[in-house]
Amino acid sequence: MSDQVIVEKLKEKFSSEVLNIVEFRGETTVTVKKEQIVDICTFMRDDFGYNLLCDLCGVDYLGKAPRFMVVYNLYNITTKQRIRIKAPVEEQDANIDTVSTVWGTANWHERECWDLLGIKFNNHPDLRRILMPADWEGHPLRKDYPLQGPDREPYKGRLS
Amino acid sequence: MGVEQPKTLGSGFVTTSLDKLVNWSRASSMWPLTFGLACCAIEMMATGAARFDLDRMGILFRASPRQADVIIIAGTVTKKMVPVIKTVYEQMPEPRYVIAMGACASSGGIFDTYSTVQGVDEFLPVDVYIPGCPPRPEGLLYGLMKLQDKIRAERNTFGAAIGVGDVVHNKA
Amino acid sequence: MAANTETMTINMGPQHPSTHGVLQLILELDGEIVVKATPHIGFLHRGIEKLSEHRTYHQTIPLTDRLDYLAPMSNNLGYVLAVEKLLGITDEIPERVQRIRVIMTELTRLKSHLVWLACHALDIGAMTVFLYCFRERECITDIYEKVSGARMTSNYFRVGGLADDLPDGLEGEIRTFAESIPAHVEEYEGLLTGNRIWQKRTIGVGEISAEAAIDIGITGPALRATGVDWDLRRDNPYSGYDDYEFEVPVRKGCDTFDRYRVRLDEMRQSALIIIQALDKLKPGPILADCPKVVLPPKKDVVNNIESLIHHFKIVTEGFKTEPGEIYQSVEAPKGELGFYLIADGSAYPFRMKIRPPSFVNLQGLPQMVEGKLLADVIAVIGTLDIVLGEIDR
Repeated sequence: MSDQVIVEKLKEKFSSEVLNIVEFRGETTVTVKKEQIVDICTFMRDDFGYNLLCDLCGVDYLGKAPRFMVVYNLYNITTKQRIRIKAPVEEQDANIDTVSTVWGTANWHERECWDLLGIKFNNHPDLRRILMPADWEGHPLRKDYPLQGPDREPYKGRLS
Repeated sequence: MGVEQPKTLGSGFVTTSLDKLVNWSRASSMWPLTFGLACCAIEMMATGAARFDLDRMGILFRASPRQADVIIIAGTVTKKMVPVIKTVYEQMPEPRYVIAMGACASSGGIFDTYSTVQGVDEFLPVDVYIPGCPPRPEGLLYGLMKLQDKIRAERNTFGAAIGVGDVVHNKA
Repeated sequence: MAANTETMTINMGPQHPSTHGVLQLILELDGEIVVKATPHIGFLHRGIEKLSEHRTYHQTIPLTDRLDYLAPMSNNLGYVLAVEKLLGITDEIPERVQRIRVIMTELTRLKSHLVWLACHALDIGAMTVFLYCFRERECITDIYEKVSGARMTSNYFRVGGLADDLPDGLEGEIRTFAESIPAHVEEYEGLLTGNRIWQKRTIGVGEISAEAAIDIGITGPALRATGVDWDLRRDNPYSGYDDYEFEVPVRKGCDTFDRYRVRLDEMRQSALIIIQALDKLKPGPILADCPKVVLPPKKDVVNNIESLIHHFKIVTEGFKTEPGEIYQSVEAPKGELGFYLIADGSAYPFRMKIRPPSFVNLQGLPQMVEGKLLADVIAVIGTLDIVLGEIDR
């Protein structure tokens, strides 16, 4: 099944949810609303065989609305196909439903996303910081978080 | 033997020889802690393996800080890791030495970020810095030999061991 | 006397000789049985993803060396392929570059597996294997040094090509080394495979089913030891891997012993790929002809003012890409290493997300050790082949 067919079927099933479809360098990216993300992911896994969640991550588009984007890179081990699903998340009370019930691997990825970007995952079994210390303040991968940390004067001795 | 033991062991023929004996034994059996943090730890392992063979210098890796004399900070030190390194260092018996192996441990290296400590010397007294990212095994060997030189140049080590006075650190 | 039903919680790591770096495990024990295992990571979180947003595309390559520091060139390859895909110059890469990249990444696979075997065997109690494996690893570090100048952090690949051509006479050295690999693997197998202690410590230890492994996202040799026949080199070929004949070793035991055998078989296959690539290696350019993004050849830079200016501009300003996002993954020694890059049209990546295989594989650890003996935890950490550099990034 080609990417187009999959996207068409997805649009058919979740017509009000699909926001945007982009193809770039042979990769298909589908942007969907975040409300039914668990249903969409379950559908992708069960009906199209995307049994491996390669990667889940958050992106901070500071200055745009909605500010965050949660990205799911899916892979089908049988047909060796990839597809990418994205869901926008607004800045105020950033949250999205967890997909760790769909793919167990999402557990740590979502913890990392919470830790570094501050996006909450509803119904997550164990939403704690994973990389930073438990008492850390702020979410370092946000674009308004300084590279060298908030408590240090940035070093200005080089170009970047 | 006709040689009187002086009341204070600060100076004199007997004490200096004992210092030398103590320094010789310390310098010839520096036992570092098996404590790898990042990339440098792999070069540290390579130094311990067959080609470079640290054992011939009396350097054996010990897994417990209670048995170690030297801690080689081999890799990037993060803010999350600092309390652990402090605990491990405090568990080591005196005299204890610290080697900062590689650019990260010496200065933070290329990781000038929110989570990285810019040099382990912010909270530990470093004796030897070894440059490189990671340093070659030869570099680590040279650093260890420099530390041996430093140990050999110490004075009143015997006196300090039995509780009289402090160790005097001389330039190697 | 009533049975004591209390459990005991013990801490393992971050300073522990068998955690392969700064991994911390909180283990809840009922006698010798592990009731619950909770990994704690992040002790080596250096902020590579954040740092890359402040570096040009070329300046990020040295950061990738330090992800999985046992296999630096695999990381280099994953990253440069991702940038090449983003730029749309994947088809422009010269054949010689692709062959050299394959040779170097397969040597890297050997290098990584050698350190894995050395540490895994040392943890379980076999000291000799450690010394043997590091002996062969030194040969690879020598080759690394000759091509890139560094023993470990190579930084050898460039966007669109290589930093430099192979030095004279190195092809023969690589060939001799690759030809010696089967005999060496035989040697390790002689020490371990039939060894009763080794078998007792590995057979049936750390079992995980194929379904559970896919659910948890385990990839690479650990997945192939559960009977799933999937290898990105063959199934989503990159860098000309479809040009070589090799087998993908698959076993069905799901345990530590089969993961060990899969990796040893992979080492033999890597040696075959290296020899094939050397046979097919022809002289040619080592940089793609895309002047806007690819550095000019070093020879021209020192002889010709236009090339020098060109070089200077790309190095200081970086190159710009069109906005877009791509995901590119390679079969690293530990599993699927993916780079998800978002470009906003500037010379810096807008976002780089690394999909580290060890991070995901480590998630399977609690499932593999719970209900098993404490001593098996050591074997399972070894068999997962984790590197904290890429777990914490």
